[in-house]
Amino acid sequence: MIEVKDLHKGFNGVDVLKGISTSFLAGKTNLIIGQSGSGKTVFLKSLIGLHVPEKGTISFDGRINTAFSEQEKMQWRQEIGMVFQGSALFDSQTVEENVMFPLKMFTKKKPSEMLDRVNTVLKRVNLENSNKKLPAELSGGMQKRVAIARAIVMNPKYLFCDEPNSGLDPQTAIVIDNLIQEITEEFKITTVINTHDMNSVIEIGEKIVFLNKGVKAWEGTNKDIFSTDNEAVVSFVYSSNLLKKVRDVYLNETK
Amino acid sequence: MTYLEHVGKYFVMLGRVFKKPQKPLIFYQALLKEIEDLGIKSLGIIMFISFFIGGVISLQTALNLDSPFIPDSLIGFAAKRSIILEFAPTFCSIILAGKVGSYITSSLGTMRVTEQIDALEVMGINSLNLLVLPKIIAALFFYPFLILLAMCLGIFGGWVAGVLSGLFTGADYIIGLQTDFDPFLIVYALTKTLIFSFIIATVPSYHGYYVKGGSIAVGRASTQAVVWTTILIVVANYILTQLLLT
Repeated sequence: MIEVKDLHKGFNGVDVLKGISTSFLAGKTNLIIGQSGSGKTVFLKSLIGLHVPEKGTISFDGRINTAFSEQEKMQWRQEIGMVFQGSALFDSQTVEENVMFPLKMFTKKKPSEMLDRVNTVLKRVNLENSNKKLPAELSGGMQKRVAIARAIVMNPKYLFCDEPNSGLDPQTAIVIDNLIQEITEEFKITTVINTHDMNSVIEIGEKIVFLNKGVKAWEGTNKDIFSTDNEAVVSFVYSSNLLKKVRDVYLNETK
Repeated sequence: MTYLEHVGKYFVMLGRVFKKPQKPLIFYQALLKEIEDLGIKSLGIIMFISFFIGGVISLQTALNLDSPFIPDSLIGFAAKRSIILEFAPTFCSIILAGKVGSYITSSLGTMRVTEQIDALEVMGINSLNLLVLPKIIAALFFYPFLILLAMCLGIFGGWVAGVLSGLFTGADYIIGLQTDFDPFLIVYALTKTLIFSFIIATVPSYHGYYVKGGSIAVGRASTQAVVWTTILIVVANYILTQLLLT
């Protein structure tokens, strides 16, 4: 479980995160949602250690990441997989080299063993026969799948995804959502996804944290989000008529 | 940010750069790639420019020394001194600041804005050590050879220009080259080259690594990197000349 207590972070005198306290369920798909500028990305980058909090703690299964020694930090980093919004694949390396990179860096496996592992994860993300392609030769959805393969190649305990289906067509976005959820369940990873895709919220959000202007405004499950009367959540999640109708249908069915 | 803050941040960056590589094999692979990208791919432009600038130096010297009391061998002597002392180490370094500096800044800047550097950091990799240290070592290792080559080709270009134009004979030029040859000049030129190589590798790296924004910011950083690298080379050139030759 990931626990966050009273997290504060700001830039140039402007407070972005104003005392967030929450937790993310172990082995489940957790979502962070909120409007643009609500602090989602800063929150996610604080979780993965790219931003150092000004105040507050983040603990991973009881281990506080800001109190890590260099050695512990290195160990902890290898327990983390991250899928960036733009995939962040190394553009001079092939798909195979991208996915193999963490293995080369942190393991003493033989090249054949590394290749086996790479092929296994590429197969898991349904991306076979693309080993020798460069990222520029892949579609957006395929790049996301390579990024997921690279993130899980080290068998991480925690997977973080920053808007994994942004820029994708609705069909591919669902494929990526489902893939992340399947991987979460299959490998019992604690997954935290930063998104403002409402389909993801409804489909895969086992725990949802809603941020509004740098504070946690609401948290619950994808079932709770239909029945909440929190004004900020309702106006953000049910901003379209289609989603309002979906909500009405769901509430009528569950009455 | 004030200039002083930039200077401080630059030295903090160097502190993180000069760490033991986490995985020597990957470091050596990166080093070989940088030698190719920063060194071997600069051979063509340096060879081309050195040859022609050497020719121009000889022609200009010959055309300006038309007194019958001045021996033609002085042309070779002057060309040799100009090329070894200033043209090869300083002029070529400024050319490299433009070519290599903009390449380093734009490649690191693009990695920054596309979150590739963040991806390395999240994996637990010292990205500065992995990305910048090979560039510094490649530049320090390869640029002295490049500058020695520039010296040879510049002097050869001067000889070719003189012989083809008929302004002086090849024999006079060679006598001038052999006159009062001081090996310390080569030491001086190579010392300058090492300092300039370090500037060429680190200043653009600083601008690229810490870029914020998108593609326009990367373009702006590339321009700033070339300007600051050139300024620092010129200032360092003055200081080194003062220290080593006076």
